[in-house]
Amino acid sequence: MSEDQTQSTSGEFERQPVPKGSLLGFKSFIGMYAGEHCAGTELMIGPLFVAAGVSAFDLIFGLLLGNLLAVLSWMFICAPIATHSRLTLYYHLEKICGRKLVTLYNLANGVMFCFLAGSMITVSATAVGVCVNFPMPGLTDIMPNSIGWVLAVLGVGVLISIVAACGYNTVSKFANIASPWMVLVFLVFGVVALRQFMLATDTPVNSLESLWHLASTEIWKGGDPLPGQVKFTFWHVTFFAWFCNMAMHIGMSDLSVFRFAKKSWYAVATAAGMYVGHFMAWIAASLLYSYQLRVDPTDTDVLPGPMAFRAAGYAGLLCVVIAGWTTANPTIYRAGLAFQAIVPRMPRFSVTLATGLLATLAGMFPGIAMKLLGFVAIYGMILMPMGAVIFVDFYLLRRFGMQSNYAELSRKSFNWAAGLTWFVTLGTCVTLVKFTALQALLADSLGIQLLPGFSGVQIYFVSLPGWFVAAGLYIILSKIYQNKVHK
Amino acid sequence: MKQALQIISLIALCLTIFPALLFFAGQMELDAVKWLMLAATAVWFIATPLWMGREEQSQQAAE
Repeated sequence: MSEDQTQSTSGEFERQPVPKGSLLGFKSFIGMYAGEHCAGTELMIGPLFVAAGVSAFDLIFGLLLGNLLAVLSWMFICAPIATHSRLTLYYHLEKICGRKLVTLYNLANGVMFCFLAGSMITVSATAVGVCVNFPMPGLTDIMPNSIGWVLAVLGVGVLISIVAACGYNTVSKFANIASPWMVLVFLVFGVVALRQFMLATDTPVNSLESLWHLASTEIWKGGDPLPGQVKFTFWHVTFFAWFCNMAMHIGMSDLSVFRFAKKSWYAVATAAGMYVGHFMAWIAASLLYSYQLRVDPTDTDVLPGPMAFRAAGYAGLLCVVIAGWTTANPTIYRAGLAFQAIVPRMPRFSVTLATGLLATLAGMFPGIAMKLLGFVAIYGMILMPMGAVIFVDFYLLRRFGMQSNYAELSRKSFNWAAGLTWFVTLGTCVTLVKFTALQALLADSLGIQLLPGFSGVQIYFVSLPGWFVAAGLYIILSKIYQNKVHK
Repeated sequence: MKQALQIISLIALCLTIFPALLFFAGQMELDAVKWLMLAATAVWFIATPLWMGREEQSQQAAE
């Protein structure tokens, strides 16, 4: 997003509704979202789809549908509440949940941001490996695999952390400048890789039909995933595209952004981010990886630096560094802000620097970036229940005869109804994901067979039933909690 | 001056994408594409900061 705006506005109206004079026009949101969603991590996600054995139909149509669902979630779930209340997510949550529960939410949010920033540092560090010869991590590596890799991540991470701590504004301005160029370089990756496929397979592309034939028989052939990867179908791609920003739309993080929108329909601007970053950029990055596998099927490493260098030379390499850097920077800054809410007396510089170093440490473990599809799904799942709490509080509680913004009204610092909703929903989701292992454990130790034939729900899908569990729980628990407090 | 810089930035963006399109059409070698892109990148990052965001800065200074 336009980090300038986040920065300049985060210091204003933090505890009051945004006044009419400070509202932003539609164009601001288009630039904001198109820039934010063309990030370093797109260079990991596209290749990981190929590693997951995705087919052309599943990828293209899954992304079209999933991104549409994401845009609709912003338009009809997040933005209407944002333009009505015009409060930041944190202040909105504080009114509902109380200060202590919001602090816990901040901690969870900050930790997730750290891991995400870590994977962005990982992406940037793969560019170092093109210029300096050291063993880089493979697709199945979880732990750091060489001293050279650790030093590369450390160098990149420390630089990013220092800049995030002292020069946030400069980098955010630089990110805005780099954004249009970066989008075009991503497009170049796709165009060059497609031509390379045409040459390698001796297949001319002169119609949509011939393009589709090449795509489905050579580029995204489907079939078995690479070892250690989960097989991705149409529904995996759809749900991943829908939920990879779940924390922002259904999880309501972007209340803080759309509180500045004059109208809730401005959230349609998120389509710019989805169809540029999460459609074009993912497809382009997946083309790079697919071509790498075509040239050498044993070379399964997902390393954005070398892939970009082969397609676009030093400009491509620069794009990898800048894409990772400009997106890790605000992510570290946001994580720092979340942590600072927990330790308000610590200077922002120290908190951001420490956060950056934590992200650097996370970046040394390639397992996070190599398992990014799963990590992003976990990220959405962890923050989703609070989005459901805000949705129910806004639309439903008063209809059921209860009070909304209950923590503020009752002067509670920890709304147990909201807290339990969060914890129980997460417990339910984890149980559903780990159901097979849990079933085996119960069968072995107690001889109990729970729901024979049911093998659980994969992490990519679990947040959908999870949202309904959270919404239902919050209504029931609020009924009990609000009655108990009033007695 | 600002308009001239904006035109230079636009040319740089065109030079970033067009060589790749020529490569796609079989009209240019990949090595040439890479060097042209690098030149376009340099031009973009030299010219664009001279105008992009400057209006906001001058407005803020005036306030």
